[in-house]
Amino acid sequence: MAADLAIETHQLGRIYTIRNRRERRIRREIVALQDVNLEIPRGELFGLLGPNGAGKTTLIKILTTLLAPTTGWARVAGYDVVREPHSIRPRINMVSGGEASGYGLLTVRENLWMFAQFYGLPTREANRRIEELLCRIGLADRMHTKVSDLSTGLRQKMNVVRGFLTDPEILFLDEPTLGLDVGAARDVRRFIREWMDAHPNRTVLLTTHYMMEADELCDRVAIISQGRVLACDAPEALKRRLQRDARLDIEITAPNSLTAAALEALPGVRKAVLTDVEGGARLNLVLEEDSVLPGVIQVLTEHAVQVRHLTKREPTLEDVFVDLVGRTLADSETGGGHGHGS
Amino acid sequence: MMRPSAHRYIGLSERWRAAWRSFRIATWLGWQIESNWTDPFLFAVYSMLKPLASAAILVVMYGVITQAQFQHPVFAYIYLGNAFYIYVGAVMTGVSWAVIDDREHYRTLKYIYVAPVRIPAYWLGRGVARFLTGSFAVLITLTAGVLFLRVPLHPARVDWPLFLLSLVLGVGALALMGLVLASISLRVAHHFFLIGEAVAGALYLLSGAIFPLEVLPAWLRPLGFMMPITYWLELIRRSLLGDAARAFPTLAGFSNGQLLGILTGLSVLFALVAAVVFQLCDRQARDRGLIDQTTNY
Ligand SMILES: Nc1ncnc2c1ncn2[C@@H]1O[C@H](COP(=O)(O)OP(=O)(O)OP(=O)(O)O)[C@@H](O)[C@H]1O
Ligand SMILES: [Mg+2]
Repeated sequence: MAADLAIETHQLGRIYTIRNRRERRIRREIVALQDVNLEIPRGELFGLLGPNGAGKTTLIKILTTLLAPTTGWARVAGYDVVREPHSIRPRINMVSGGEASGYGLLTVRENLWMFAQFYGLPTREANRRIEELLCRIGLADRMHTKVSDLSTGLRQKMNVVRGFLTDPEILFLDEPTLGLDVGAARDVRRFIREWMDAHPNRTVLLTTHYMMEADELCDRVAIISQGRVLACDAPEALKRRLQRDARLDIEITAPNSLTAAALEALPGVRKAVLTDVEGGARLNLVLEEDSVLPGVIQVLTEHAVQVRHLTKREPTLEDVFVDLVGRTLADSETGGGHGHGS
Repeated sequence: MMRPSAHRYIGLSERWRAAWRSFRIATWLGWQIESNWTDPFLFAVYSMLKPLASAAILVVMYGVITQAQFQHPVFAYIYLGNAFYIYVGAVMTGVSWAVIDDREHYRTLKYIYVAPVRIPAYWLGRGVARFLTGSFAVLITLTAGVLFLRVPLHPARVDWPLFLLSLVLGVGALALMGLVLASISLRVAHHFFLIGEAVAGALYLLSGAIFPLEVLPAWLRPLGFMMPITYWLELIRRSLLGDAARAFPTLAGFSNGQLLGILTGLSVLFALVAAVVFQLCDRQARDRGLIDQTTNY
């Protein structure tokens, strides 16, 4: 039922028109979003994963009533983003990473208190929450520091707290760990996860270009590229699409009479490659399913071959991404938070 | 999808509560920003010297041209006009500057927009602090005028009710004009920084602050008659100086009540204009994605 949906979009699209400064007639159009259909139920931690310029921020801006779509419609908490922004705003909050926003002349506590006031939170309750949230994100000792004296990363942590402070029904986090060091990014991710666990009926929409972040945090992930949603599912399910081709790298002792052909004859073995290496051999297998593996081991044993080391290469979200987009996300990215599952 | 339609609209009382909340917090924030003086002593000196210096220029020019006829009613006319004109720049800039300040400097405009804030009420609140510091400058200027230049302003002879009523109405009208400028600033993402001061400067000559509207070319006069500031300054002069205020015949034919009526009518008109312009600019800003666009100067 639509009533249980926190976010719903239908054929949502956004085109930016860029006018030439000198000649007004010359216009260029950039398609930032195209035909985006999403249904995000309440209680979900939903991730948008995509490279630079994919349209993640554009989608967040539309859903937070900052930007009008050019086609289609979107509903947040059941309200139309264009016609009913005033019904949406009390129910949401937003945090963008990688920017230094905030009133530098106020202290951390004052800044947060002020934003809580905008939502009508009583001062005592606001102060209680500020203390609690700052503690949990590891910023309690900076409560009375002026915002201008905070480093960019600490400011971002403060902004993350600002997002959660008003206990929004739906929270939009645009790359909340962008530019944070490994430790701070971990703090923020843990913070998000804990909050979701403590508030099961709250919804978070998070954008990221860190595979690990999407994988670790999100209940469901939409992979977005060039304004289109290419796939949308649980990370496990996305990976499972590629999982039939589970890859195994096995180091074995001398192969004796074992041949690759003998292994390929086994049902479920797609491909077997046997390479001699110093003091033994390496066997690369592609199996249809994990359950084929015991059969393979049995054949090895029959040939008196011992397994020295076995690596199963699970498909990662990165593999899913490459499969869908045709290039790696890492090509355009640098820096922390990025990782592979293994 | 099927919700009872009553849920689609938030109640009127919640709307007013949100507006009041926005105004109150913005006032607090505006004051924090305005009073963020690294050196309070320097600031005090500066805020006294600035209005006094600009008044001094005027006084010297007047003195040279009229061979120091400071007792002439025209001097009081000019002196008060100039003193109260401080409010025009202060209030209009105070209100409209908040847009640029939040968007470009603090980068918080989008967060304020996303929050349940009534944006016009918020902007008005941001202007309050400038109104207060402006009041200080006006007071300094008036005091200097009375003490050193014999401006015939006697507290016992001031029509206080008329003065306060005019002040409230006039500052209200200025705030609404500031709201129009703020909305325009929202819609224009480029450098548009001193729009408040610029408009205040342009209107200085159009609203009878230092000389009567008759001096203007005929085609500019209607603009002067459309400005609430014109009537407001006249009312302020009358309330403070009594009959001495009638140095020029421009508005002499109007009674105080008529002037108040005109000022109120123009204020209501500007309120309507501000509401329409805000709606328009707000929609266009959202259409074009200008709310979080910075020029990165
Ligand atoms: N205000 C704007 N005017 C014109 N084009 C824009 C504007 N904002 C975004 N775009 C374009 O729209 C596309 C999508 O941008 P968007 O910021 O949504 O991407 P993103 O997925 O958030 O990227 P990133 O990972 O770099 O933050 C890009 O091609 C971008 O250049
Ligand atoms: Mg982005």
